[in-house]
Amino acid sequence: MGEQKRRSLRIPGGTSILASLISIGVGLIVGLVLLYVLNAKAAGGAFVSLITTGFRSSDKFAKVLYQAAPLIMTGLSVGFAFKTGLFNIGATGQYTVGSAFALIGAIQFQLPWYICLLLALIGGAFWGIFPGLFKALFNVNEVITSIMFNWIAMFAVNLTINNLPMMLAKYWGGAQMDRTANLAQANPGALIPRLGLDVLMKSNYMNISIFIAIVFAIVAWIILSKTTFGYELKACGYNRNASIYAGINAKRNIVLSMVISGAFAGVGGGLYFLAGTGQYTLLKQLLAAGFNGIPVALLATSNPIGTIFSAFFVSYIQVGGDAMQPDFVKEIIDIIISVIIYLAAFALLTRELLSRGKQRREDAALEAATAHATEAKDEVK
Amino acid sequence: MSILADIVSATIVFMIPLLLVALGGMFSERSGVVNIALEGIMIIGALCSCLFLRYMDASGFGAAHPQWAMFFAILVAGLTGAIFSLLLAFASVNLKADQTIGGTALNMLAPAFAIVLTWAIQGQGQTTILIPTWARITQETLGIPVRDTFLQLFLFKSFYQTTIWAVFLFIIAAVVLYKTRFGLRLRSCGEHPQAADSVGVNVYRMRYAGVFISGLLGGIGGLAYTLAAGSAFQSTVAGYGFLALAVMIFGNWKPLNILGASLFFALFKILGSYSGSIPFLPKFDNIKASEYIYLMLPYVVTMIVLILTSKKSRAPKAEGIPYDKGRR
Repeated sequence: MGEQKRRSLRIPGGTSILASLISIGVGLIVGLVLLYVLNAKAAGGAFVSLITTGFRSSDKFAKVLYQAAPLIMTGLSVGFAFKTGLFNIGATGQYTVGSAFALIGAIQFQLPWYICLLLALIGGAFWGIFPGLFKALFNVNEVITSIMFNWIAMFAVNLTINNLPMMLAKYWGGAQMDRTANLAQANPGALIPRLGLDVLMKSNYMNISIFIAIVFAIVAWIILSKTTFGYELKACGYNRNASIYAGINAKRNIVLSMVISGAFAGVGGGLYFLAGTGQYTLLKQLLAAGFNGIPVALLATSNPIGTIFSAFFVSYIQVGGDAMQPDFVKEIIDIIISVIIYLAAFALLTRELLSRGKQRREDAALEAATAHATEAKDEVK
Repeated sequence: MSILADIVSATIVFMIPLLLVALGGMFSERSGVVNIALEGIMIIGALCSCLFLRYMDASGFGAAHPQWAMFFAILVAGLTGAIFSLLLAFASVNLKADQTIGGTALNMLAPAFAIVLTWAIQGQGQTTILIPTWARITQETLGIPVRDTFLQLFLFKSFYQTTIWAVFLFIIAAVVLYKTRFGLRLRSCGEHPQAADSVGVNVYRMRYAGVFISGLLGGIGGLAYTLAAGSAFQSTVAGYGFLALAVMIFGNWKPLNILGASLFFALFKILGSYSGSIPFLPKFDNIKASEYIYLMLPYVVTMIVLILTSKKSRAPKAEGIPYDKGRR
């Protein structure tokens, strides 16, 4: 994976927001057309519920915030690695290990929620070491290591949870064999506090996780744009050879970047499972939650603050997509998101066009001004 | 004896999709385009060919001429995969977009499209497309008397036309890449496109060709995976596209090595799922759910081998970098 290819992720500024908004607009139009093609009668109503459900009632809005929190974290994870020129497709594995660490702390060791969240961070960071270290030491492509470690994470977590006596729901008198204990039953102290927000929003989904995620986004932003360390990371992303020439330890930065990236994904898993509304199920397929961080990061052009908004947007239309059922299948949302991402891939082109237009207007203005000035000079003569 | 036959035939049937898709990835990357969309391409190929098989079954043509129907289904899989892959080629060649992002978008699009289409065609909640039973090649198909010999057990446990075509396609792929003018030009575009352009090779067209071939092989691989995995298509290929990507890197972007890598991976994967019934494997009696140790094995072993061989690993130099004529 060459260093030059991350061009499109770098261009900052207002044009990138405009480009994202254009992509979103086109994506939604494609979605509307698709709805009409599939079922013209129900399309109008479905589209309205797609774009208004999230704001329609306080409990739907709570659901949007609840889903947005882990999305922000996985988006930060992918975006942070992008900034260093790495593609962290392993956010899923890091998310899984983070979730497992948090749940083991919560159920097996009966720890309070903040310690569990810290464990989630450690778990994710631990799983992020491998792709970083293998890339730095052995020059194994981080994409391949991440893919392999996603699967290793899933099987290792399944194995561990099976072998810890208190983890599974049946120990606590639950009916299902294939999932971890219900947190409200096993250790209410490990639930992320709700601070009365659940009563305010009339929803069980509401807790403070969205605020925790926003704090992490701000931390990521500070690391990347206000510290020397962040500058070094970005320098490695722009041009690894130049940064080595400038005396930056590129190998150390690759490992650290993946560790931090993994930590974000791990916290995402912690936030999701410590909310108590979902139980970890022993699956044979990778959790989709980590992969969803990729579109979030791309839509935000890897900007940590932008990630908050793009995660909110993705979560918002997912809630809207759920409301379209049963007339339409909710995967239509994925089609809309993928169209948006596909268009975001041209973001460079769009932005070039936009900035070229701006340039042209400025040139024209300058020309006019010069012409005016010359005229004025002529008049004086 | 029959367990050994089972293992060998299961290994081969799981190796075929990995081999085909990894070869596809090889063509794309050798032309300079990182094809992370293989997963999506597989899904589209499998979706269209399974729908095609379903129509063949409904029309009665399939039951009358099963292997002709399978042959056309393979063509459908390859062509639809190739057409879908053109979306990646368009983004990465014409628009010079980031290839990883374009690929990610296609990976997200494909399963969602598959679910939406199967719903639209089969009605609400019907997310699986059943594969007709005549798709498999059996002793009856060839008119051989059924015997319980090792050879027959091994051959006909799960024998599909895709296996035969995979052998041909592998040979063709290796010859095309190394023994033809086209292959040389393709490889040069992945190494140093500027140099290729300076001697009159059309880099854009070569990259389109590379991605198109990867779509062709990826689509057929998708059908092969669906046949290997069970009796129905469920809008997923369970991460096999990504595994194929790993196999391709493991195989060092070379056809013969890819063959070995896919065999290696498939063997360990099958050992994992057959671990309970193989007598000489340790059983880990004091560990609960020890099957996960074996399921983890192929990934761990691949990782170790990748580390050991990383010194020799060499990716095409220009992969992932959009070619811009104006740049030096």
